[in-house]
Amino acid sequence: MKKVDNLIIAKKKFKSRLIVGTGKYKNMSECAKAIKLSGAEIVTVAVRRVNIVDKMKPLLMDYIDPKKITYLPNTAGCFNSEEALRTLRLAREIGGWKLVKLEVLGDKKTLYPDMIETLKSTEILSKEGFKVMVYCTDDPLMAKRLENVGACAIMPLAAPIGSGLGIQNYTNIKIIRDQTKLPLIIDAGLGQASDATIAMELGCDGVLVNTAIAKAKNPFQMALAFKNSVVAGRQSYLSGRIRKFLFGTSSSPKEGII
Amino acid sequence: MKKINKIKIKLNGKFIKIKDKTTLLSLIKKLKVPIKKVAIELNQTIVNKKSLGKIKIKKNNKIEIVHFIGGG
Repeated sequence: MKKVDNLIIAKKKFKSRLIVGTGKYKNMSECAKAIKLSGAEIVTVAVRRVNIVDKMKPLLMDYIDPKKITYLPNTAGCFNSEEALRTLRLAREIGGWKLVKLEVLGDKKTLYPDMIETLKSTEILSKEGFKVMVYCTDDPLMAKRLENVGACAIMPLAAPIGSGLGIQNYTNIKIIRDQTKLPLIIDAGLGQASDATIAMELGCDGVLVNTAIAKAKNPFQMALAFKNSVVAGRQSYLSGRIRKFLFGTSSSPKEGII
Repeated sequence: MKKINKIKIKLNGKFIKIKDKTTLLSLIKKLKVPIKKVAIELNQTIVNKKSLGKIKIKKNNKIEIVHFIGGG
């Protein structure tokens, strides 16, 4: 059995293969507790205007220490390359963050990524020295092109953001797994812990979950469930599953039957 | 008494009036914004936080102060 099985992104090592989002929680303390239970070492964060009027509003950094948990600035809500670039340059300015998640959306209803804008932005950001983890469609050709322009991780969707539908296209995920050595992380669309196990069993290096934990009836228990399901899926993948057979093969030896 | 000139600027999408010749640093301090936890844009250009004290805000300047919040 492999003793050390770290997730390595842009030369940085992480023990946990579960990345969680920090949005949609009832409040900051619920978010912080769920993150702790999930065991995640990376969390996605959004860049937004400071509330000038209500300064008493709690700050994310007061609840989640960026020295202990890696903040992954995300461009959620950006609909073109310009907005995404502006957001990530600002994120870098806040505290020197170079590891970022790029997400350029193309449609308000499906929240599908605009891959042309995404590709363009990935290339520019990589040249500026960013380490870009890229939210993308599960199209193997686009995944390859992202890799060619310098992405540091490929993050295909399982299903539309927040839909909870689980992985829709196993084949494409397997093809992307086969063609890339970059970290492959399922981002968006997972609904329950078993979805994460499936992602890991398909050979993904990690999963990113937000809504499925934050909006579960019991977010704390779900955070724990996802933590365990990612570990289970990874171990299952590394163990090498059995071949599938059409008919039954008995588990007990035939010899000595009375 | 000397009359203090006020100028109109746009801060985080809202028009406000501030004293003329205010520096970005004094504005940020007045707003009690923790400098280390934010990034600042002046007319869509990121401002180096070390030079905040040298930049005087002018009429109709657009200032954005952003930070990290919870997100997916």
